[in-house]
Amino acid sequence: METRAHAASLLDLVGSTPLVELQRLSPKPSVRILAKLEGQNPTGSIKDRVAVAMIDAAEASGELTPGRRLLEPTSGNTGIALALVAKLRGYPLTCVVPANVTEERRRLLQLYGADIVDSPPDEGSNGAVRLALELAESDASFFMPFQYANEANPRAHYEGTGVEIAQALDRVDVFVAGLGTGGTLMGAGERLRESFPEIVIAAAEPLPGDEVMGLRSLADGYVPPILDVSKLDRKLLVTNAESIAGLRLLLDREGVFGGVSSGAVVHAARRLAEELDEGVVVCVLADGGWKYLSAGFWDADDVEGSMERSVWW
Amino acid sequence: MAAVRIPPTLRAEVGGSRELEARGDTVADVIDDLVERYPALGAQLLQDGELASFVNVYLGGEDIRTLGGLETPVDDSESLILLPAMAGGN
Repeated sequence: METRAHAASLLDLVGSTPLVELQRLSPKPSVRILAKLEGQNPTGSIKDRVAVAMIDAAEASGELTPGRRLLEPTSGNTGIALALVAKLRGYPLTCVVPANVTEERRRLLQLYGADIVDSPPDEGSNGAVRLALELAESDASFFMPFQYANEANPRAHYEGTGVEIAQALDRVDVFVAGLGTGGTLMGAGERLRESFPEIVIAAAEPLPGDEVMGLRSLADGYVPPILDVSKLDRKLLVTNAESIAGLRLLLDREGVFGGVSSGAVVHAARRLAEELDEGVVVCVLADGGWKYLSAGFWDADDVEGSMERSVWW
Repeated sequence: MAAVRIPPTLRAEVGGSRELEARGDTVADVIDDLVERYPALGAQLLQDGELASFVNVYLGGEDIRTLGGLETPVDDSESLILLPAMAGGN
């Protein structure tokens, strides 16, 4: 009798995501745009790679012992990914989340079994980072993987995302990913530069709304320790309106239902494709649109105003 | 004159303005022009003559750190955006 291959655990299905050409989105036929569909990971985002890698590394080093409580600042995807890993490996998890993230992200965290601590909505992700660091400092029983400073984050992309792209393609001229912690850009970027030395590594980053920039001074800004901006060749700011236009184009022309950062990345990929005479642009679409449905990005008339008041990636 | 967008955290230093006009052939010159008129900005934007690490400056929507840094030439028609470095990463 024929037996079919199967995975022993959902965690074995993390990574090896599909790469698809976005033919209708390329501004010129001589430039191909390919997208890595990270929404196909088990919890629906690229962060599954990071969550598994951080927990594996902490278990291997002996730092994370059975029953210890995990703590992580996150606006959603990393928390949801960690919640899956935590559930299957038997750890309780607390996520520090800006109070104004979408209801879908909050609900998903709860459904996967995470406890939630709210951070001030007007401080964006920086506020979640600050509060999580304070909590970890005050209670040594927490184990904080801390994606912003954990080398397992870029390593997951060096060994996973980057290798997968390098093996799939003979040529990559531009690599575009969203800038959050910097993990994807640092890890996959470094691996791709080994295979394609002339590659341009480009970051797309969100122009934050005034209302989530309520920091006391610029010195309260935050640069993730794993991010080395000198390793980026381009760093492009993408407005909310451009991200929305990008995610609508993705769905309308290609049938790809992407999240907000995917819209931004597609916008940046098209802009960079315009600059090439010919070549291959690879972009990373970090998650699907499901967690943003309540925000009405695909059909509401005036979504930009409401976008200003929350953290999207 | 280049338009410079000021983030909420710096508006107190510039009398509440969201956007200012400033003169200069390079990003450094534009910042010097601003600091001359609003001296309190200097300590926030610069450290030892370099751009402070928690400050990002964008010219035409691109980070000057991946362009020519403070020496990046500025066209009159271009706009600059000053932003605090923000944690992202979902």
